[in-house]
Amino acid sequence: MSRLIRLDRTGHTELASWTAEDADSQRAAIEAFRRELDEGMLASATLPDGSAEVVRVLPLDADLVVMRRPIAGG
Amino acid sequence: MHEAVLAEAAAMPWRRRASKKSLGREGRIWTLWSIGIAVTFGVPAALLAWIQPLALPVSAIFLGHGIAVLHLQAQRGARGVKPMAAPNSPAERTALGLLGDLVGHESRELLTDTGLAPQRGRLGAWLVGEEGAILVRPGGHRVHCFCVRVGEGADLPPGDRVAHLLLALREDEQGFATVSNRNFSGATWRLRMELPKRCRPALSAARSSAARRSAG
Repeated sequence: MSRLIRLDRTGHTELASWTAEDADSQRAAIEAFRRELDEGMLASATLPDGSAEVVRVLPLDADLVVMRRPIAGG
Repeated sequence: MHEAVLAEAAAMPWRRRASKKSLGREGRIWTLWSIGIAVTFGVPAALLAWIQPLALPVSAIFLGHGIAVLHLQAQRGARGVKPMAAPNSPAERTALGLLGDLVGHESRELLTDTGLAPQRGRLGAWLVGEEGAILVRPGGHRVHCFCVRVGEGADLPPGDRVAHLLLALREDEQGFATVSNRNFSGATWRLRMELPKRCRPALSAARSSAARRSAG
């Protein structure tokens, strides 16, 4: 089960979850992903080696995709 | 393999991208600056004490002033990182849970004990706090302190603020260093003196990791 989550004031919110076999859940996840991007969020897909990658298209093979806000120098 | 570029760094084309070389240069500038302070205050203090031993208290005050400036530099770096406090609301616990998953099992205890999230990178060993990060360079002798935060993150629980920075760091380490503002660079022991006691084990662990990397 892959998950799309957003970091927010509640800690985090799960926006969607999907499996490779369930096309409907994938479509819903892609829509949720696009909505978040439109609102200015950035998407970060966690890779198996522990690094992360900025993504503009929902990687359906990722286990976890996190929507985050932009950072800035303090 | 293409080099990932942090979106926030790409939006700042006027900033030169941070690299091993640029960090080395910045480190040398900080060292020269610190030597300059030590000389500016230390030499007149020594001269005064030599010319007139009775003026020793005055020269001690003068020397103390120089030492205080050096402390303030490192203190600025230590304060900028802002370690997480223990969670005291459901949202804070939820955020810390996710952050624990992100850092992994072996680093979770260090995270909860010290409030800083460790992350190994190509530039060295990082420690990420709520509003900044510490980079221990390979070898473990020098640190760089960065001031960086979530752009509009006042409503976020502390764990989420750290998670934001950690993800950005993982996406593009050099970009993360490019976006961040510099607070301090100097010897690791100088920063250690100014860090809260609970954070020091994280710095020791990062230093060991950086030292191993240098040896490896």
